[in-house]
Amino acid sequence: MKSLTTRLVVGMVIGLFVSSMAFAETIRWARAGDSLTMDPHAQNEGPTHALAHQIYDSLLQRDMSGAIIPSLATEWVALPDNPNVWRLKLRKGVTYHDGAAFDSEDVVFSLNRAMADGSDMKELLSSVKEVRAVDSHTVDIETNGPNPLLVNNLTNMFMMDKDWAEANNVMTPHNVAKGETNFATMNTNGTGAFKLVSRTIDEKTVLTANLNYWGKSIYPNQVTEIIYTPIQSAATRVAALLSGEVDIIQDVPVQDLGRVNSTAGLKVNTAAQNRVIFFGVDNANGPTADLRVRQAMNIAINREAIKKVVMRDQSDPTGVIMPPFVNGWTPQLNSYPAPDIAAAKALMADAGYANGFEITLNCPNDRYINDEAICQAAVGMMGQIGIKVTLDAKPKAQHFPFIKGGDSDFYMLGWGVPTFDSHYIYNFLVHTKTGDRGSWNPTGYSDPAVDAMIVSLESETDLAVRNATIAKIWAAIQAQQMYLPIHNQVLNWGMKDKIDFAVQPEDQPHFQFLTFK
Amino acid sequence: MISEKRFLRRFQESDFLYDFKRSPVTIVSFAVVVVLFLLAVFAELVAPTNPFDVGSLNLMNGFTPPMQPNAFTGEVFPLGADNQGRDLLSAIIFGLRVSLFVGLTAVILAMVLGVSLGLLAGYRGGWVDALIMRAADIQVTFPSILIAMLIFGVARGLLPPSMRDELAILVLIISIGLSEWVPFARTVRGTTLVEKEKEYVQAARLIGLSSRQIMLRHILPNVLSPVLVIATITLALAIIAEATLSFLGVGAPPTEPSLGTLIRIGQDFLFSGEWWILVFPAATLLALALSVNLLGDWLRDILNPRLK
Repeated sequence: MKSLTTRLVVGMVIGLFVSSMAFAETIRWARAGDSLTMDPHAQNEGPTHALAHQIYDSLLQRDMSGAIIPSLATEWVALPDNPNVWRLKLRKGVTYHDGAAFDSEDVVFSLNRAMADGSDMKELLSSVKEVRAVDSHTVDIETNGPNPLLVNNLTNMFMMDKDWAEANNVMTPHNVAKGETNFATMNTNGTGAFKLVSRTIDEKTVLTANLNYWGKSIYPNQVTEIIYTPIQSAATRVAALLSGEVDIIQDVPVQDLGRVNSTAGLKVNTAAQNRVIFFGVDNANGPTADLRVRQAMNIAINREAIKKVVMRDQSDPTGVIMPPFVNGWTPQLNSYPAPDIAAAKALMADAGYANGFEITLNCPNDRYINDEAICQAAVGMMGQIGIKVTLDAKPKAQHFPFIKGGDSDFYMLGWGVPTFDSHYIYNFLVHTKTGDRGSWNPTGYSDPAVDAMIVSLESETDLAVRNATIAKIWAAIQAQQMYLPIHNQVLNWGMKDKIDFAVQPEDQPHFQFLTFK
Repeated sequence: MISEKRFLRRFQESDFLYDFKRSPVTIVSFAVVVVLFLLAVFAELVAPTNPFDVGSLNLMNGFTPPMQPNAFTGEVFPLGADNQGRDLLSAIIFGLRVSLFVGLTAVILAMVLGVSLGLLAGYRGGWVDALIMRAADIQVTFPSILIAMLIFGVARGLLPPSMRDELAILVLIISIGLSEWVPFARTVRGTTLVEKEKEYVQAARLIGLSSRQIMLRHILPNVLSPVLVIATITLALAIIAEATLSFLGVGAPPTEPSLGTLIRIGQDFLFSGEWWILVFPAATLLALALSVNLLGDWLRDILNPRLK
């Protein structure tokens, strides 16, 4: 009889062990580049937000289809008697990782922090006049004129605890372009599904599940630990996935899609990404200030060849710096010219550069899919019309501050549009560079009429008029060939096939949604 | 004429040639080195295209397999084309030139530096010796590739981007040269310590020659044979160091690829089946480094009477 008892006990122990195993699920996550800072308002950049989304929450979020759904705010309405005011009801019972309660005071603080000096999120809130706490869980956001699209701008706007910020002297974000850092660069205190355990920049970041997460009963929450490793080399990243060293990589190199797909136990989930890749050129100084030179460069780019050879068909070439997801997109804008070297050379000669000129192309090498390879291809294409390009490829941590500072004459940039509206592109990339707008427009392009139209979009409530203005602005910047568009990216997330995880079109994984088969 | 003939005769009857003829490995190595060297020197005449002329590249030729026509353009490349549509054979020949040029000049720099410092340390002794040899000791504790990367990184930070590509090769030479001088200095110092006690040096001193003359005219010729051996072996090291730096992305720019740069480009496409982009440059580097190394070994055996 002893044996029966023993068996029972052993069985129970094993059972307990197995069930606890099922709940301890670590996800080892890799992509090319690291987050640039843990300060949630210091850098408006995809991979930086991707890590922040695990730790911090925004007021609203997007589901997989792009629709806005509740997060820390449960209800949001424009006040019927005053269309300049959005009223948001906050979720109750939410606590920060350090135990402090989340309330309206934190929302007022966080939104003001995101509008402060040093913030990279300013443009998203440039229409905001004031943020007021109505009661402990209600907030009013008043805009300069009605802004029906304001809520679109809140999906990457993370909430930080006011008392924690005061205690650690991080009342304003640090200015990344100036090389500043603060306590929040390496330390976090959010309300999100995961807590930061340890972080070594560019090496490894460990997160553990937040047991007091408000979304515990709403989302699957099957992941208990995240180990995030940036792996810059494409071959090494794929090797890590193939050998089982990591569970999910966000950027399978296009040349290795077939190999990953055909490997037992692995799969690739694919979706069109809400992100356009393009070249910026100096519109104000140097040879590229001449419109004919910019047009020549534009028709020298062989977008089909980049798609076929560099991207292996994993891209959608475009003639406008706007992904198809965005309000304002039309097939006409999207159409792109066939490469025409003879015409490009004629334009160069007209502009007085028949013998070409020299220019440096600044390019990231760990940010976009095949970023450096696209730049290398561009070096050859520009060489065909006599432009001698020196390629300067750097990690994004150096690339972005450099181009934002306006020191580059020719650079690569990619732009995702989390608001799904043209205004977001205009306010960051087109508006004249001023204190709170045009921060990612280092081209020197400046048109007061266009600036006025961009500002008018923020308070235009008649959608027909608004869309007409959007079309007018696109026409203006296309005529000036302000940027040289290349393509929209296609996302390829490679993962173990026991993982069920849909590709989010903004390339933002939210691991509380991940489930295991 | 007579002396030339006599020299030839002496060479034909020497142990040197006798040993050489009896060692098939050495003959093959020597042949490989000579062929690769000639290819590099006459690259413009030998290579089908000029891979440094980026304007002539057609991206649609990218990833063409060896000896097969490209699906879009129909062009055929003997060793295939790389990701930018560059003819791989031409890229290898021109890359070989970059690698060999960097290797040779870096070795000459290291040799000049190491031999002079070694002579000085050995002959002068005292605090000069202590200073130079401690510097060498410290240098040896760092891996040479690390020093090369350090020099390269600092130079890259100081130079404006427009000059970087042009000066990248020069910086490579200096950084490899500066990290490889220690073996030369140590060997020369040791031999100098022995030589300076010998009668001929004392005689030279007695007749009142300056230290400089004694060091350069009398001691230097007698310490050169080990230097030759070290130089050959260091050449192989320098070629590999250049390839390593370029592989790590801090060496020759992608628009003027050396063998290391080509290997770096190729490794991204190993999983996807485009093996030729990696394999051919890597095989060339292997052949070059191995041959130079084997020649160096043989030279060491020949020139060292104790090993005979």
